[in-house]
Amino acid sequence: MTLFKKAAVVLLMLATAACTNPDRFGGGAGGAGGAGGDAGLNGGLAGSASDPTSPLFFNQTIGDRVLFMVDTSTLTPTGQTILDGQAQWLLTNADYRAVIEGHADEQGTREYNLALGQRRANAVREYLVSRGVPVGRLQVTSFGKERPIAVCSEESCYAQNRRAVTVLSFSAITS
Amino acid sequence: MMMRLLTFVMALLLAGPVLAQNGPLRLTITDGVIEPITFAAPSFEAENPAALQAASDISRLVVQDLAGTGLFREVPATAFISQISAFAQPIAFADWRAINAQALVVGAVNVNGDQLTVKFRLYDVFSGQELGQGLQFAGTTAGWRRMGHKVADAVYSRITGEGGYFDSRVVFVSESGPKDNRQKRLAVMDFDGANVQFLTDSSSIVLAPRFSPNGDRVLYTSFESGFPRINVLNVANVGRQQLQTAPGEMAFSPRFSRDGRQVIYSLSNGGNTDIYRTDLATGQHMRLTQTPSIETAPSLSPDGSQIVFESDRSGNQQLYVMSANGGEARRISFGEGRYGTPVWSPRGDLVAFTKQNAGRFHIGVMRLDGSEERLLTSSFLDEGPTWSPNGRVIMFSRETQGAGGTSSMYSVDISGRNLKAVPLQGGASDPSWGPLQP
Repeated sequence: MTLFKKAAVVLLMLATAACTNPDRFGGGAGGAGGAGGDAGLNGGLAGSASDPTSPLFFNQTIGDRVLFMVDTSTLTPTGQTILDGQAQWLLTNADYRAVIEGHADEQGTREYNLALGQRRANAVREYLVSRGVPVGRLQVTSFGKERPIAVCSEESCYAQNRRAVTVLSFSAITS
Repeated sequence: MMMRLLTFVMALLLAGPVLAQNGPLRLTITDGVIEPITFAAPSFEAENPAALQAASDISRLVVQDLAGTGLFREVPATAFISQISAFAQPIAFADWRAINAQALVVGAVNVNGDQLTVKFRLYDVFSGQELGQGLQFAGTTAGWRRMGHKVADAVYSRITGEGGYFDSRVVFVSESGPKDNRQKRLAVMDFDGANVQFLTDSSSIVLAPRFSPNGDRVLYTSFESGFPRINVLNVANVGRQQLQTAPGEMAFSPRFSRDGRQVIYSLSNGGNTDIYRTDLATGQHMRLTQTPSIETAPSLSPDGSQIVFESDRSGNQQLYVMSANGGEARRISFGEGRYGTPVWSPRGDLVAFTKQNAGRFHIGVMRLDGSEERLLTSSFLDEGPTWSPNGRVIMFSRETQGAGGTSSMYSVDISGRNLKAVPLQGGASDPSWGPLQP
């Protein structure tokens, strides 16, 4: 529980940072602490995309998210490649930890989608752990269908919403 | 949020002899086509000048409640032959028969400072007799709507022989903002959308509130910590408490036990979601399902002995029933498509559910053995049914399609008739219908 309290402190500190990642809803009125799971560094803090040790490199060059087929939590070959890159990065940059956020598209009931998002996030965690990332650096949560990033009611949007996003935070602060 | 205590006074207003009833007015609610009962409700008498507004408002609300069920049809005042100017005046039944009003509701309102009393009598026009006895309710002027709902509940109950549902509240999620940044707050309203009060702010996502059996508390899922957790909120003082959850676990989809002392809910850990039960006083918890699949949306039978829930153990979402202590589960849904969010009816005879099939969502009901499945609605996205206290009406969420999609709440009879939107400002979802208020 102490871990979460500290994570909340991190969240407050980061709330002032500019939010550029479309997956972040923490900024702006009514959004402060919209979700603790959004307290990560993917919001465009430090670094440039060309610096391989920067969170920006992780988010943009490696890719912070993997996508899923309808009602599944099976990792696709493309997803596995991205996660290989994420694992490598996390192993190299040992000061970071991550919360993996699972999401679902809107075609499902609320409770089921929360559980499905959890399954997806967990599939990512298990894969990263299988690639050597210490399990203690990874947490899992699910937003179900509550936070779509694409808003149309078509497969082109649904495909983007069925995702698991690896959200980085500083391990040094939360450990 | 303050709920004034309503003093509930039952007073025998008529001291005369009770006449033998001869074929009393009675509407038996069935699934078949119903011919509505016609009724007249002349504006209630204002016993003093201070009561003028309330008398008019309350009688209009009684009409709105009754007519809103689809089971009653108002005979408009323009058709009246005789007028009711005083509560105690003799009823000219022939005049009401002539305009084919089967029932006549006569009332009077008195206002003294902030105190309000309303009394009414219900007449069976065609037998020329009073149906039941005169009743009086006392409360505050601010609570005038409750008094009107109580009169309507009594009329509904006397004519149908079933409990009413007008003097009840619904806890729900009030929504605002675009689809990709939706703000959600817990709120309560009267069953008809009036008197909305907020219970939380929109600083974190809140989902699926559930009233306790007596309406004093609300369980809901909150993302305050970034992880779905269950909160218990005291409705009177908005104090809240979190259900203890271990780090790494997600808790959601809670419901109270019938005695309000335990919570059944879903816990997710390691990609697996199962159903648990926790005692709120002791914190002692018990795991009720043991499968690697998703088990969620548990709902107890009225006697508390069984749980209906959804599981994808067969490969997709279906409904199952098990003992309240867990163990073997029996599948009850076998139709095409996927079934979720089952809710046991207060009468115990039906389960309401959300069904997804061929790209459409439906609210439906079926018996507990899975027979007599009946779909009541169909839309792009209907979900999350909740029962009226008398088990006759279901309220649910309906989300519209597309980038500008918004959510509203609707109600529908279990016969599939009388589908209508709950009138509210802004978006709303996840209703949970509370008990009839004392």
